[in-house]
Amino acid sequence: MKDLLNGWGATLVVFLPLVGAAVMLAIPKSEETLHKLVALATSLAVFVVGIGLMATFDYDKSAKMQFLVDKGWIDIINSRYLVAIDGISLPLIALTIFVVPLVVVYSWNHFPEPHNPKAFLVLMLVLETGMVGTFVAQDLLLFFVFFELVLLPMYFMIGVWGGEQRRYASLKFFLYTAFGSALMIVSILAVYFLSPTVGGQHTFSMIALSHWGGAGLAKGTAVLVFGGFFMGFGIKVPMFPFHTWLPDAHTQAPTQGSVILAAVLLKLGTYGFVRIAIPILPVGARSWAPVIGILAVICIIYGALGCLAQTDMKRLIAFSSVAHMGYVMLGIATLQPWGINAAIFGMVAHGLITGMLFFIAGSVKDRFHTLEIKRLGGLLLQAPRMGWLLAFTCMASLGLPGLAGFWGEFPAILAAYNPAAGLNVALFRTFMVIAALGTVLAAGYLLWLLQRVAFGTPSEEFENVDIPDMHLTDYIAWVPMIIGILVLGFYPNLIFHVTDGAVHHSLRAIAGH
Amino acid sequence: MLTHAWIIPAIPALSFLLILGFGKKLPRGGSEIGIASVAICFVLALTVAAGWVGRTNHPPVEAGHHEVACAEAVHEIEAGKDAPASCVPEEQAAGAEAGPAAEEHVVPPVQRHITWLENAGIDVKVGTLVDGLSTVMLVVVTLIALLVHVFSTDYVAGDRRYTHYFAFLSLFTSSMLFFVLSENVLQMIVGWELVGLCSFGLIGHWWEEKANSDAALKAFLTNRVGDIGLLCGMITLYFGSRGIGGHGQATFDILKINTLANTGAMSHTLLLVASLSLMTAVMSKSGQFILHTWLPDAMAGPTPVSALIHAATMVVAGVFMIARLYGVFFNGLQIGHSNINAMAVIGAVTLLFGALLAFVQTDIKKVLAYSTVSQLGYMVMALGVGAWTGAIFHLFTHAFFKACLFLGSGSLAHHIHSFDMKEDMGGMRKTMPKTFVTFLIGTAALMGVPLVTAGFWSKDEVLAGANGLGGPGGYKFALVMGLLGAVCTCAYMTRAIWYVFYGEPRGKSAEHELHENGPRIVVPLMILAFLAVTAGWLNLPEKIFGLKTPHWAALKFEHYVQPTGAYFPHADLGFRAPEFVPWIAGASFLAIVVGAGGAYLWFWKGKGPHGITERNALARSGYRILENKYYLDYLYSDVIAGGTKGPIAKAANWVNQNVIDGVVNLVGRTARETGDWVYKRIDQGIVDRVVNTSGTAAEGSGEILRKSQTGKVQAYGAYLFLGATVLAAIFVVIAS
Repeated sequence: MKDLLNGWGATLVVFLPLVGAAVMLAIPKSEETLHKLVALATSLAVFVVGIGLMATFDYDKSAKMQFLVDKGWIDIINSRYLVAIDGISLPLIALTIFVVPLVVVYSWNHFPEPHNPKAFLVLMLVLETGMVGTFVAQDLLLFFVFFELVLLPMYFMIGVWGGEQRRYASLKFFLYTAFGSALMIVSILAVYFLSPTVGGQHTFSMIALSHWGGAGLAKGTAVLVFGGFFMGFGIKVPMFPFHTWLPDAHTQAPTQGSVILAAVLLKLGTYGFVRIAIPILPVGARSWAPVIGILAVICIIYGALGCLAQTDMKRLIAFSSVAHMGYVMLGIATLQPWGINAAIFGMVAHGLITGMLFFIAGSVKDRFHTLEIKRLGGLLLQAPRMGWLLAFTCMASLGLPGLAGFWGEFPAILAAYNPAAGLNVALFRTFMVIAALGTVLAAGYLLWLLQRVAFGTPSEEFENVDIPDMHLTDYIAWVPMIIGILVLGFYPNLIFHVTDGAVHHSLRAIAGH
Repeated sequence: MLTHAWIIPAIPALSFLLILGFGKKLPRGGSEIGIASVAICFVLALTVAAGWVGRTNHPPVEAGHHEVACAEAVHEIEAGKDAPASCVPEEQAAGAEAGPAAEEHVVPPVQRHITWLENAGIDVKVGTLVDGLSTVMLVVVTLIALLVHVFSTDYVAGDRRYTHYFAFLSLFTSSMLFFVLSENVLQMIVGWELVGLCSFGLIGHWWEEKANSDAALKAFLTNRVGDIGLLCGMITLYFGSRGIGGHGQATFDILKINTLANTGAMSHTLLLVASLSLMTAVMSKSGQFILHTWLPDAMAGPTPVSALIHAATMVVAGVFMIARLYGVFFNGLQIGHSNINAMAVIGAVTLLFGALLAFVQTDIKKVLAYSTVSQLGYMVMALGVGAWTGAIFHLFTHAFFKACLFLGSGSLAHHIHSFDMKEDMGGMRKTMPKTFVTFLIGTAALMGVPLVTAGFWSKDEVLAGANGLGGPGGYKFALVMGLLGAVCTCAYMTRAIWYVFYGEPRGKSAEHELHENGPRIVVPLMILAFLAVTAGWLNLPEKIFGLKTPHWAALKFEHYVQPTGAYFPHADLGFRAPEFVPWIAGASFLAIVVGAGGAYLWFWKGKGPHGITERNALARSGYRILENKYYLDYLYSDVIAGGTKGPIAKAANWVNQNVIDGVVNLVGRTARETGDWVYKRIDQGIVDRVVNTSGTAAEGSGEILRKSQTGKVQAYGAYLFLGATVLAAIFVVIAS
């Protein structure tokens, strides 16, 4: 079993969804239940493989690349099929394979118009391949292929199953991200050509490149190349001022799309910083860190203010993503272990919490056919279980200690007190205070949302409408998320223990200076 | 039991889950689980107290040295996992020990922990820290929680969310116990916020009405403002614990941080910054001026909640935190050697300004709320002047008499469903005699009626501390403020007694057939009234008016509660205990005579310039300022919160939609228009013409154009790669 996983585990977890998708393509469109079952079975199979990987992962050597597979791919440019998992990627893989089956279950009776479960679920599985692939790829070109693969299914999900302005939103999403990718591929190629040659060949291997760490590179070059990565990843995160695709994409996307987008897609960007940009170009990272830090705190404050101004529940949650990813980016900008660990924890926590918020928003929309906050109210009276879950998730989202959100937020703020050597301490301590101020605003918009949606009494419009509480599929999809939020909040070491070693390893070039 | 103290918060946590899960199916809606769990906790807390008393009487043999108190206590359970060097720089600890405190009786605290998270190569722990301070808090919290549970079974009987109510009470009890047992400052932050959550939930218990949910939001958000200070302060301490120069191992451990602060291993600036940051947190949580405004609004919650959370336990969390990290505050603010400092000033201002506001309230709960603000001011001031034991002793006695008063007000309002003293009460001493007597005893304790009540002994110690501690001359301003506050306290309580219990029944109390409440309400009142008197005898001074107190009765509270060892400020740093001063006791007696006597003359006899607020402009504006609560609510709700929510947020959103997104859309539109233009003019115009004229080129370019038109997405992809490769090539040429 262990040998099998060592040789095939990483590959299986990436490509199993594609196998499922292929099977579904062979099944006629009318067999809807069968499609749902196949999709669920596939995503569960991926989950089981993932559990196997987690069970065999050597946690004491989380810095080591495990389940490594290195096969030739495009020999002429020395791009290889190089996949492996370490402590940085493991939590994110776990998040992805955990969320996808839940989204499939939630979809069961909730397919948005124009229905068509076959196409929807096939796209979902392709998406899963892209996401997991991004997290396991250790070759820059392979990474890029997976990174871009994610784009297409999401484009169609928003463009076909989305809301009224789906075409605008989906195109904006696509073009924006593609623009970032264009600059990123420039940087990837630059890194390739600048890397030292082994046996006359440059390399795309992220492991080798991280080991090289941009040694011998002129500072200006490092800064420019980092800039390309910054655009590619920063747009995906999204960072101010490149964030405007996010509220539109989220608001227009179907619930499932929003959940995946929030839970996993945004993390591709932050993961890219931690995995690629910082270890390969530590010098560039140090020059960029103050900029990233400033943009991060702008995200925190600006995103929160944006939330306060929203009148639509889903758009508000979307804006809260901007603020929350600001904490993740602040953690990354500090370039020190507390910060990066917090960033990874923040990614997972935000994935669960904001994913959950979108689930609830979707169900509210299902029942009230509107998400306009003004028209809602008294959810706790009409659908108490949903109301309480909304309250719980809001609390988690505002960073209440004891729930997962706190462990992404607090250590990031803490790290800003003491950024990596060479960074401006006074500047980062200012960031610390501003970020702490952001927690007040976060509490403000979330509790205000809660007050207007869940507290009080139903508006006249819905007073006599019978609002069903949670369905069976809601329970199955939500309870694991809630448990995840609770468990990670109670015992944060579940993630910190995994990431700490790998993060230390990836920062050694920065710490060494 | 001292090492197994973690069980105490675990029990109500379990009870919370059980009530949530099964509460509604049980005959008493889950309240039985809550009461049982808190009762067990109370017994266990007493066991801990007994264990601690035993440990103080017979300290462990090897623990006679200071560095042992720091390092060994940590390793008592978990033998030597950390390197002892990470505790304190050794020489410094030894240096501190060499002082006159060497013969001091050191009782090391009991610490136990497990790994919570590993970060930056450091094990962060979670666990329990048992010493005198946490023991007192355990007893107070579990006892008041137990009485409030019992009281609530009658008081909120038939409530629409009876089960939820008890679930939240359990959660609160658990969080509060978790907080007071905190072993490190990170754990404190967690507990601090969790009790805030429960406070939020219980203030907004009747969330159907907007006023209640508004109050809950206000409480939570005001506390969040203070939390900025909490987070920044604790972070500063964490990194400060690496010592001057920053070469040591950073730690969250409370004992280590305190020890480092006491041994001078942390710079004074850093300690000052940390203390001031943490003071912000104290101001919000413990209702200190100017962040106190949420506390009176919090009275929107059920009355037993006000007694438990907003009088006896949660609001003293700030006081507890100062006491817990006293090494930091004592050295950061130089309490031992100054005549004025931020903490003492905040406390003194709060105690007087809070007391003044209590005058103009018509709602009995609001009177008590401002009274709580004022009494919390006494505690903070006491810590600010260095009277550590005085502060904690006042916390201890205040918990009993204020809970007694709050529950008493609940008992009064139980039938009339109104807390309005002027409109709906009056003459209730006849209809509710037991409530009246207990309320009167609670009031006497709050006023500090000499020699008999608990409030006298604790307040006296605070005032004596203000007089005698600190640098030469003491904290005289604090003494003056304290005495003025005492006058006000006596006057507003006398006023309340007049409105509630004397005169003729008005409003609802006249309409209803009133009678005394049942035992589940009255018995807790009696117990609390009993404690409001007797609790004060636990810390009798050594000499009272020249009479020597018997050894077994004198300063027992101080002996068992005040920490010993390197983690607590010692005499070398200027830490002392105040002594009983006859003239101060006399002055506080005088305060009662003036305050209560004045109010008596005013209300009972109708003496004094009644109606002055209508005749005199100055008096009127003073009254108006008080009535509007110094306009702070206006500033916070309308100016700050309203401004952020309204114009500022809207402006940010406008910028987002019109400026940033405007640019994006502009770029998109321009690109499309350029494309159109290129297609029409160049493609269709020039190229076509070229194509038409040159037959050979036609096939090739037509092929390319067709490709570029089929499928947007693929084309974009192709362009991207093409463009990227070109750019990369340029780039590499430049770079190399």
